[in-house]
Amino acid sequence: MNNFSYTRADDVAAAVRAMSAEQTAKFIAGGTNLLDLMKENVARPSRLIDITRLPLHTIEETAAGGLRLGALVTNADTAYHAQVEARYPLLSAAILAGASPQLRNMATNGGNLLQRTRCYYFYDAAVPCNKREPGAGCPARDGYNRIHAILGTSDQCIATHPSDMCVALAALEAVVHVTGKNGGRAIPFADFHRLPGDTPHRDTSLQADELVTAIELPARGFADHYTYLKIRDRQSYAFALVSVAAALDMDGDHIREARLALGGVAHKPWRDTDAEALLSGKGATPENFQRAAAVLTRGARGFGHNNFKIELAQRVVVRALQLAVAMK
Amino acid sequence: MSNPVRTLATEAITPLVPEKSEITLTVNGAVKRLAVAPWTSLLDLLREQLNLTGTKKGCDHGQCGACTVLVNGVRINSCLTLAVMKDGAEVTTIEGLAAGDTLHVLQQAFVDHDAFQCGYCTPGQICSAVGLLREGKVRTADDIRELMSGNICRCGAYPNIVAAIQQAMRQDGGGGEQ
Repeated sequence: MNNFSYTRADDVAAAVRAMSAEQTAKFIAGGTNLLDLMKENVARPSRLIDITRLPLHTIEETAAGGLRLGALVTNADTAYHAQVEARYPLLSAAILAGASPQLRNMATNGGNLLQRTRCYYFYDAAVPCNKREPGAGCPARDGYNRIHAILGTSDQCIATHPSDMCVALAALEAVVHVTGKNGGRAIPFADFHRLPGDTPHRDTSLQADELVTAIELPARGFADHYTYLKIRDRQSYAFALVSVAAALDMDGDHIREARLALGGVAHKPWRDTDAEALLSGKGATPENFQRAAAVLTRGARGFGHNNFKIELAQRVVVRALQLAVAMK
Repeated sequence: MSNPVRTLATEAITPLVPEKSEITLTVNGAVKRLAVAPWTSLLDLLREQLNLTGTKKGCDHGQCGACTVLVNGVRINSCLTLAVMKDGAEVTTIEGLAAGDTLHVLQQAFVDHDAFQCGYCTPGQICSAVGLLREGKVRTADDIRELMSGNICRCGAYPNIVAAIQQAMRQDGGGGEQ
């Protein structure tokens, strides 16, 4: 780990000011990913701005009937929050499918959004990586790419976003609230994370001085019919090879509305509203689910070791939808 | 008159020697005033400055759980925690669980069930189990396995670890207190 300076911010404005003044600094809250990256010399901030004492530690109801999750509430406290469990069980399930209890006790909601890919080549400072060093090259494309993306890849990068929580937030159409030196703005979840394109070093649409302050959940939580289904190499404490957040609004045997998001397959949680629209007003049949899965994964391509994900993703979508329907 | 060479040298050196911060931690009930560098992990502080070597450094990346301690009663990975960020916190390590010669129910349960072989992961396993019982989410053996997944045992003592935690749960009603 490199040496760095340390500042504790007392309010959001001071945190943003400190970041604006030193753009090689980084905010730190839970630290579970950032300190790990610093130990690997992948992240080398000149200063850490401690934001853990900012007043962003509450979960509150919104005027629109949803919930506002403070950026500094831990993943564990969010997953086990009575209102989240009751109204957004898809989110609870996704959070609890990720990391370990200790890490969930430390990691914050804002940090979960900003965690970086676990691509082995990104993590290994001894090899080139376009995400670490634009233009350096991508050893993953022709390397060991079993965990890598099949959708939305670019010539520059085939990394995946590692979060489970974000897959549920994408399906729930959450909104990310941020504050920067030019004030606050609200970013629809679909626009928060980016595809790699020619700038894989940028994971999100955040500006350099912007701080995530809250995640807003809309009123609809799809609590009656939902599944977070995660496929991984071991039963617990492993990143997803493929995961799916499925949420259904049912009218008897028919689907009024469907939401589907995939994890472990792209640089961001993967949604395709065409796949969801195909299910609305339709019967909850395996054939319809297979058609939706095919649309959701259209354009998928493998890089050798991860070819299996294309078929796996479709099967996981079908199974998740079946499980969601089967709930009482 | 400014000397450009001297100015450059000062600018280059200043960020490399940040001041230590003074923090206060309550460690196993004792109040400690400590000077720490920004990059000192809670794990290194416990082991290197406070000589509390019960907490183990396994992977140092939050993957193995050997460094698990309780901060304000909550189990965390001390290797991924900067000490300076925990100013004012209460820290409990494996050394702080027993009351004199009377072992904590989980320590006694680990002895009773032979829930270790080499013992290196054991302080983390026990501190994690204390946090687990306080969290109150466990009903079944499967719950224990899932919610202890952040603690790896390379000797594979898992069946006995689960049995030890079940014994402790029966003894204290699941509250995690002695």
